[in-house]
Amino acid sequence: MQKQAIFQSRLLPYALVAPQLAIVLLFFYWPALQAVIQSFLLQDAFGLSTSFVWFENYLDLFREPAYFEAILRTFFFSFAIAVSSLSFALLLAVMADKPLRGSMLYRTLLIWPYAVAPPVVGVLWIFMLHPSLGIIARYLRAIGIDWNPLLDGDQAATLIILAAAWKQISYNFLFFLAGLQSIPRSVLEAAAIDGARPMRRFWTVTFPLLSPTIFFLLVVNIVYAFFDTFGIIDTMTRGGPGKSTETLVYKVYSDGLLGGNLGSSAAQSVILMVMVIVLTGIQFRFVERKVTY
Amino acid sequence: MGSLHTPCVLTNPHSPFPTRYSPVHPMANVTLRNVRKTYLGGFEAIKGVNVDVGDGQFCVLVGPSGCGKSTLLRMVAGLETVTGGEIDIGGRVVNQVEPADRDIAMVFQNYALYPHMSVFNNMAYGLRNRGMKETEIKSRVDEAARVLELTPMLERKPRQLSGGQRQRVAMGRAIVRQPKVFLFDEPLSNLDAKLRIAMRVEIRKLQRRLNTTSIYVTHDQLEAMTLADILVVMNGGQVEQVGNPLAIYEKPATTFVASFIGAPPMNLMSTRPEEIRSQLTGGAAADAGILGIRPEDFVITDQTPAGGVALPLTVEAIERVGAETFVYGSREQEEQRVAATPGELPPGEIIVRIPGTEAPAIGAKIRVAALRAKLHLFSGDGRTRLEA
Repeated sequence: MQKQAIFQSRLLPYALVAPQLAIVLLFFYWPALQAVIQSFLLQDAFGLSTSFVWFENYLDLFREPAYFEAILRTFFFSFAIAVSSLSFALLLAVMADKPLRGSMLYRTLLIWPYAVAPPVVGVLWIFMLHPSLGIIARYLRAIGIDWNPLLDGDQAATLIILAAAWKQISYNFLFFLAGLQSIPRSVLEAAAIDGARPMRRFWTVTFPLLSPTIFFLLVVNIVYAFFDTFGIIDTMTRGGPGKSTETLVYKVYSDGLLGGNLGSSAAQSVILMVMVIVLTGIQFRFVERKVTY
Repeated sequence: MGSLHTPCVLTNPHSPFPTRYSPVHPMANVTLRNVRKTYLGGFEAIKGVNVDVGDGQFCVLVGPSGCGKSTLLRMVAGLETVTGGEIDIGGRVVNQVEPADRDIAMVFQNYALYPHMSVFNNMAYGLRNRGMKETEIKSRVDEAARVLELTPMLERKPRQLSGGQRQRVAMGRAIVRQPKVFLFDEPLSNLDAKLRIAMRVEIRKLQRRLNTTSIYVTHDQLEAMTLADILVVMNGGQVEQVGNPLAIYEKPATTFVASFIGAPPMNLMSTRPEEIRSQLTGGAAADAGILGIRPEDFVITDQTPAGGVALPLTVEAIERVGAETFVYGSREQEEQRVAATPGELPPGEIIVRIPGTEAPAIGAKIRVAALRAKLHLFSGDGRTRLEA
């Protein structure tokens, strides 16, 4: 069976693909190309002259300790966000998978946070945890914790991780629930008869059978933590205090738009782009091979 | 071993079960006392079942889909709660006991193998969970694999196996445990016809060898007849009849059993028409509302045996299957449906089974007769068998 469509006109297929192609070219390839070109350029402080400097922007970046700190910080954030949101979502999904009354209702409720835009998430968490406005902040101080994420970098980082992970739980939950429901009930029953207690059943049967879902979500969450946390960071901490919550993507913004160093900012974008291409490449490779069990 | 595609190697005379593979097993009767299952919505799936399966016996639960046989089996396994009565395994009431602690093993319809584990690990899983030593696990699994001819496949994953091989892994997972009771939930229904027969024989041989009490659920009456020491015929959450398969075949207690056990089904007809009523004699005949005659008990003849029943038929269809021929005939008289049971014939239609391939022509008028001893009489509602 040939799945190819046969067109009368030679031009029609190109015409049909053109809008999509135009969008990709205009909004992805064009800016990407701009970023690459920009990354080879150096502008003076007043924007009066521009010179071609080859890899100078990149070399400068790698000579800058702050950039390595930002890389480490981003990796740490991604890891913390992915692990905490994945594990909490899995816990919720396992509980929601039980046949209980009203399950449709709380499943829906658990999915809702996904509809909230990242900056709004930031604002919500600020209302709860702002040192002078936040209600939770009040309780924290009441039990003797010196809570002030505006001054304490570690607390600010915790806050970002918390908000970003919370936002992603719904998405993960949805996939985990679907994954759990695709495990045949009889396999778990067989394990129960085979003498595996619930915890052991989970770790030896359910968890391995979920591994394709977990892997997929891990990549998605890391990409999310790399890029989509921008809105949360911008509304909550603006990269501060100091640079304690400045991730790679926020550094692109602050160095380029706030610092005016467009060349360095562009070089950073290009590096980020390469990272995402690598991550997505890994994911495609594995998903295509269906690395199940 | 070359056993990948030929189910017949299972019956290879050089590979029967070794004498070593006959573990000493604890006594295990399974007794169901007035077992009930009512779901939350009020639906009664099991309406008081009493069955006693002796140690080492092979009990088959048979019935149409939805009759509650699988539910009952899952209750014995501990996968469904018991809402009334008692389930007793080896002298211990297990209603509140976890499946793991009932010392049972179950073979599922879809095999329920662990897809991420090798064949070896599938079989070893239950033993590892019980903290058995690796050396002992290895020897048990190797032995079971040898018996089931799975040795070359021990390192494969279930998805690399054929249906029949998966089925054998499921069997292996059950036997390595050396449980008190085997439970089988329609284990052969996903296999093709040929393999199903081969596995049926294997299961019976294996069960005889191991002498482990077994409960087997099926909707296939042929499987039920050939496997069972005790046959339990179920319908609508109730037991219709319990007993030796042949005894049930010879003396079905209800019209449901009469039409469910035996293929093609027993011919059931109302005794109301004068044509039949006039031929029935003897004490019980007066109370009988339904007359049953098995297709093979008819003979095409012009004579009427003493006390027997003869019917004139018009031949509607002929089915030749080689060793025997089925003649579908219609009676001249219109009559009402007698009982709504599965496999029942349209009213007025009679199946006659005759040996060989000689058969009357379609459209021919024939006369069939059955002996007095071959008549089955039932009350008008079909719920009671009347002895002549």
